Amino acid sequence: MKPQGPSETYVLSSSPHARADSSVRDIMLDVIVAAVPAVACGIAFIWRADPAAGLHSLLVVATCVLACAAAESLCRLAMRREQTLGDLSCVVTGLLLAATLPPGLPLWMCAAGSVFAIAVAKQAFGGLGYNPFNPAAAGRAFMLVSFTGAMTTWSRSGWIASVAHGGAGNLAAGLAAEPGVLETCATPLAAMRAALHSGEAGALVCDWRFLGDLFAGDINGSIGEISTLALLLGGAYLLWRRVITWHVPAAFLGTMAAIAFAALPCSGGLCETAGARAAFAAAHVLAGGAVIAAFFMATDMVTGPVTAKGKLVFGCGCGAVTMAIRLWGAYPEGASFAILVMNAFAPLIDRFTRPVPFGRREALRAAKRRAAEEKRKAKSAPADAKGAV
Amino acid sequence: MKTAKARYRFDGGVHPQYHKDLTEDCPVRDIPLPALLAVSMSQHLGAPAKCVVKPGDRVERGRLIGEKAGFISANVHAPASGTVKAVEKRPGPAGALADAVIIETDAEATAKAGPAFPPLDWAKAPREELLARVEAAGICGMGGAGFPTAVKLAPPPGKRCEYLILNGAECEPYLTADSRVMTENADRVRRGAEIMRRILGGPAVRVAVEENKPGAIAALEKAFAGIDGDVEITILPCLYPQGSEKHQIRAVTGRIVPEGALPIETGCVVENVGTSAAVADAVERGEALVSRVTTVTGDGIANPCNVRAPCGTPYSALAEFAGGAKDVAKVVSGGPMMGFNVPDLGIATTKTTSGLLFLARKSVFAYTSQPCIGCGRCVRACPMGLSPSEISRSVEADDIAAAEALWVMDCIECGCCSFSCPAARDITQFCRRAKNSIRAARAAAAAKAKAK
Repeated sequence: MKPQGPSETYVLSSSPHARADSSVRDIMLDVIVAAVPAVACGIAFIWRADPAAGLHSLLVVATCVLACAAAESLCRLAMRREQTLGDLSCVVTGLLLAATLPPGLPLWMCAAGSVFAIAVAKQAFGGLGYNPFNPAAAGRAFMLVSFTGAMTTWSRSGWIASVAHGGAGNLAAGLAAEPGVLETCATPLAAMRAALHSGEAGALVCDWRFLGDLFAGDINGSIGEISTLALLLGGAYLLWRRVITWHVPAAFLGTMAAIAFAALPCSGGLCETAGARAAFAAAHVLAGGAVIAAFFMATDMVTGPVTAKGKLVFGCGCGAVTMAIRLWGAYPEGASFAILVMNAFAPLIDRFTRPVPFGRREALRAAKRRAAEEKRKAKSAPADAKGAV
Repeated sequence: MKTAKARYRFDGGVHPQYHKDLTEDCPVRDIPLPALLAVSMSQHLGAPAKCVVKPGDRVERGRLIGEKAGFISANVHAPASGTVKAVEKRPGPAGALADAVIIETDAEATAKAGPAFPPLDWAKAPREELLARVEAAGICGMGGAGFPTAVKLAPPPGKRCEYLILNGAECEPYLTADSRVMTENADRVRRGAEIMRRILGGPAVRVAVEENKPGAIAALEKAFAGIDGDVEITILPCLYPQGSEKHQIRAVTGRIVPEGALPIETGCVVENVGTSAAVADAVERGEALVSRVTTVTGDGIANPCNVRAPCGTPYSALAEFAGGAKDVAKVVSGGPMMGFNVPDLGIATTKTTSGLLFLARKSVFAYTSQPCIGCGRCVRACPMGLSPSEISRSVEADDIAAAEALWVMDCIECGCCSFSCPAARDITQFCRRAKNSIRAARAAAAAKAKAK
């Protein structure tokens, strides 16, 4: 039969013929929008302490983003595959990597880390979707082991001074310096670690102003980790946009807090109260890269589990490994390592948290019931047979 | 009789854009009788009917032209009086070839034709007679799958029907045919419900309607007022695929049908509201199921509308009645989520054609599938609780065994996964591919075992 109408112009495809209005690019754009306030806040705080350092931190961010984009483009070119700059995932990697770097890091190191993140951790595996490890976390880990000195050198901004106002004893006095003067010194995490080992942790963290500074961001730290408030705003945006779910951040930070609460060693008599323990837990959650890791890096879709249950397991694992490294490991911060460790477990977690299909549980139950019935029948049948004999 | 919100909900599902405003207020109009009808012998699920007419035969409206062939099959009747021109293979909406009786229609004789069966008094006739009538009239599920209704209404021995659920969810976007049937013919829906309730031995009745059809709900409330027994109009939230049999049972009764079992396993029988009206017509008016309400809609048609057309009407006649296609790029038989994309308008309607969707060029998008980024949206959306992302990756790697281990055979092809995928992956199609491979492999294995 002859087709009627302009059949050659009709599009043929399989159902569904409707699609949700969302793309990978939209998701990545949302992550960028969410990450920008934290990075901008960080640059602003550093700028306030020292404009030159602020400018440098801006260059760190720009270098990372550009190097990531360049590496992505060249890798695709070398692999003779289509360009993927359009999905913006390399920009996300660059932005997140920069957010976890010290503001004063030499730019060539930033570029090297970015190239590693994209070329080795992502494109070598086939690009977005195929990379087993979070590129930004892998890039940071690569830099931490390659440029250990530079990666653990921090410039000081105003935060120590405010602690010193609190009169938190020798510790603060030892770290205190003129406000607004940038020189290398410890981050809050490093200070806490040192204080813990010297038995002074309670003194530091029991000063609630310290916690307030950690939250608002007037502290020393990596570019994007400085303001927890800005990070939480970004996280809330991601939750609102449904790019992420609450499971990973809640499990991640909750586990960290629980371990910190339980693990604060009792020395110096300051930490015996629940209040001190809570403050210690809060300090651990707020300081360092925990919040950015929990909301931005551990929630990476490609390298994390798919189901809600899996995400909870993944988040708990991240939190536990982070705290293990912070309390007993060689580095003051362990969030990025924790994510990499848990990335390796993600496929396994996925396998064990796979949902049971609708009606399968009931089918299994029905089958069991039938089997039991048959067994009963089989039992009663020989008895009947005997009776017949 | 009472109206109540559904107390349960199924997991998963998506919220597509509904576009029901195009036709939801368009009253059903009769289409002028087409000059030629192509009446398929395979309008239902199961074995195609056996054609009992030959070219040159004169047929009257309502006369049997296809006899049910097997347990799961249904009769086919002439939708109009006229002359059989040919019996030939024609492609159906899904593309499969089936015998079709081509009837050159005679409008005058059609108008004069009497009922196909003697009318029955539904309240007095024996149950067996009512059931026989439903079977004789060739009634099958009009929601889309086309399962023969008489089979559903005769539960196997030992099984009792506790709930008769009338499915008026119509969760597919664009479609308003069921909605119009409920709004305009609520009394027929009620009568059908009463008849089926009698056949089934007096189960509770639930009329399940999505909340976005206030007109239909009001009409049903009016029509069902004063009905005795346990009857409830259950208002469901808008959630695709609310109209899926198993998911509706879950939402309405809280029961879950075991995978591989029929709904009667949980004491439920689900029938489309259109089917219910057809049952009423078959019993009270002696009419065979030879026409149905179809929504002709989309931005690629001049005047979207709801029409009552004889089964076998070519799509081109529907398009013409609706003012003609304009800049149309894609024609879908059914709704956009599960409907079949047809290559041309020569295909004819069947008892299950709930809609014909014309999509204009501007709303037909080209896309390139990207690798899965593991966002998990398909896993959250899958109403069957599968892992579509993993299945799609397995099928992409041609690992059908892995897909089978991921329960791909449970997939109902509702399209939620593809719909929700930001990487524009054709996940539903991956599932179909795996299912077809597995079915073919199983059939081959069975054939081999038989040969031994």
